[in-house]
Amino acid sequence: MSVETVAPAEADASARPMDLLRFATAGSVDDGKSTLIGRLLYDTKSLFTDQLAAVEAVSAARGDEYTNLALLTDGLRAEREQGITIDVAYRYFATPRRKFIIADTPGHIQYTRNMVTGASTADLALILVDARKGLVEQSRRHAFLCSLLRVPHLVLCVNKMDLVDWSQEVFEQIADEFTAFAAKLDVPDLTVVPISALQGDNIVTRSENMPWYEGPSLLHHLERVHIASDRNLVDVRFPVQYVIRPQSTTVTDYRGYAGQVASGVLKAGDEVMVLPSGFTSRIAAVETADGPVEEAFPPMSVTVRLTDEIDISRGDLICRPNNAPTVAQDIEAMICWMDETRPLQVGGKYAIKHTTRSARAIVRGLHYRLDINSLHRDETAGELKLNEIGRVRLRTTVPLLADEYRRNRTTGGFVIIDEATNRTVGAGMIVEAG
Amino acid sequence: MTAPAAYQVSHLDALEAESIFVMREVVAEMERPVLLFSGGKDSIVMLRLAQKAFAPANIPFPVMHVDTGHNFPEVLEYRDQRVAELGLQLIVASVPEALSKGLVRESADGMRNRIQTPVLLDAVEKHRFDALFGGARRDEEKARAKERVFSFRDEFGQWDPKNQRPELWALYNGRHHPGESIRVFPLSNWTELDVWHYIARERIPLPSIYYAHQREVIERDGMLYAVNEFFRARAGEQPFKAQVRYRTVGDASCTAAVRSDADTVEKVIEEVAATRITERGATRGDDRVSEAAMEDRKREGYF
Ligand SMILES: Nc1nc2c(ncn2[C@@H]2O[C@H](COP(=O)(O)OP(=O)(O)OP(=O)(O)O)[C@@H](O)[C@H]2O)c(=O)[nH]1
Ligand SMILES: [Mg+2]
Repeated sequence: MSVETVAPAEADASARPMDLLRFATAGSVDDGKSTLIGRLLYDTKSLFTDQLAAVEAVSAARGDEYTNLALLTDGLRAEREQGITIDVAYRYFATPRRKFIIADTPGHIQYTRNMVTGASTADLALILVDARKGLVEQSRRHAFLCSLLRVPHLVLCVNKMDLVDWSQEVFEQIADEFTAFAAKLDVPDLTVVPISALQGDNIVTRSENMPWYEGPSLLHHLERVHIASDRNLVDVRFPVQYVIRPQSTTVTDYRGYAGQVASGVLKAGDEVMVLPSGFTSRIAAVETADGPVEEAFPPMSVTVRLTDEIDISRGDLICRPNNAPTVAQDIEAMICWMDETRPLQVGGKYAIKHTTRSARAIVRGLHYRLDINSLHRDETAGELKLNEIGRVRLRTTVPLLADEYRRNRTTGGFVIIDEATNRTVGAGMIVEAG
Repeated sequence: MTAPAAYQVSHLDALEAESIFVMREVVAEMERPVLLFSGGKDSIVMLRLAQKAFAPANIPFPVMHVDTGHNFPEVLEYRDQRVAELGLQLIVASVPEALSKGLVRESADGMRNRIQTPVLLDAVEKHRFDALFGGARRDEEKARAKERVFSFRDEFGQWDPKNQRPELWALYNGRHHPGESIRVFPLSNWTELDVWHYIARERIPLPSIYYAHQREVIERDGMLYAVNEFFRARAGEQPFKAQVRYRTVGDASCTAAVRSDADTVEKVIEEVAATRITERGATRGDDRVSEAAMEDRKREGYF
């Protein structure tokens, strides 16, 4: 590939409400995730000349036959030495239709926790599969994790089609196998695209090598996939982050509850309930530094003021009296364990963070560990090791204000922290509270 | 804000909301936060976000400037004015002072980028700061593209890129032992263009050097450096007048200007939208040292 003139495609961003799509890559090591992101940036002319020149120089110096576009995201020294992705790289680009935040994640099993990091906030995941190899355990693990994390949209990209003679048969066989697996996973939206990340087929424009494929290019899909209704605008959930009380002679008696709306719509006059106390009040005003707003909804960061003086602090949650999360100390959750040094064990005590609340928790029971390939539940398992997934029962020191994760990604998710090392060792998704 | 009927926010509002959330988390959970304020556009935007996050209360933490001694006077003036307006406490961690005390030694090339790090770490230790807000953005550089929003540093201030904490959803883990600290990057997901759109939207004043002006410069390695007391022309380098502006503001001895006629924020936005070179690629001598110059500096505790 030669340096063509590249012009950035980042369109005027603030002039009109452009929506933002966060997507992550997933799939096994070497299936072409970073190459795909490089190709997408290159073909949408989102690269800067010095970035491209730097990557070309490194590629040329190593004797690569073609410019290795994966180097655009594999920016760490160790990644370049080993030719693999180790940690998530975030990249940004825009087309006139949408802004995109990309998380290019590692495929290597050792770095699964970094894939989980990238996928946890994604609206969409691209699951890559090497057409020559088909689905491997790691493809299934990542697909499973995406469904566990409830990434609302999945795209299976059957990559390296150039190496299987652009064969429709190979593509369909992999697509069928994946679709059958996904059917067991509760995947709300699945799209399948045959691509060559290396050569750019079906990335930005439709491929001429695969006339049998009638669907859109990957970019076309990314630009149009409908995400607005993924948000939960029904259940009012406002975790209180911080209480604003100015110590000032000009602003007196001000008390505002600052936070980011997790779900639902809040407005002045609404009757609300505060948890865990259960006191009710009304919203006096929803404010920002720029003045009051009529309504607040996700992902706005606002300050809520109530008509009554009630004792509210960080970790409390504002909701509606007739639609509240469960106040519970007994939590059933799916856990993805992320620590290589110590497995999760029954009886283990940990710190947990859930919304703006912190607590300690003890693992009361491990119901089962999942086998990623067969989705078989091993009920004899006594612990969860690195990258293992299982269902546990926790008892917390203080009640959590919890929803099922499938209903609410914010009030349903938590992280587990090792109190000795302070490392984040587990990701939890609440199945049932109470 | 867009029509509430659609329950949609613009992407700039979404970025602002995320940054404000991050800043509030830090203040709620950490004991002694400080905001690194260089007088550059990113730290200026960060300061605006801090104002918004805690209004109508004042910004609940001090700001710190790691002063290399190689400053643009316009930037220092801006810094002092802003700090006074907002009634902030300013801490200056001074490289010249550290040099005279023998804490650090001038590097052979005269660049003070690397020796800023021990000066910064020294100040962190002295003031026992446990959270440092930095204005770095992931779109700036390939090592930064890899960093968490809450980035753990050990007791030597070191970043271990191969062993970062998982960071799921918006659950940031700021736990640390005494002596360790967290670097926090509220602007992680902003691009250079986002920053400029925000500056325009919020009508945030900037140091004048961000806008086109006449300056005496020399050309070195394809970049335009201002000739001043910290940067002398070498033999054969002919100073000339040019219409320039700064895309980044760093140490005056290794930050270059770009040719530009953009003398208003609108024109700068047009220019940034059309540019084909990254801001650091266009202006930073310090990044050109090696392929992994930024990663190496970050490992040692650089911003
Ligand atoms: N022939 C061919 N090779 C490809 C294609 N896509 C990627 N490759 C090659 O496959 C190898 C691995 O690509 P990467 O993009 O680094 O793979 P990855 O999925 O990012 O790997 P990890 O991040 O380490 O999991 C590289 O040598 C690529 O050039 C393709 O479409 N066709
Ligand atoms: Mg990769």
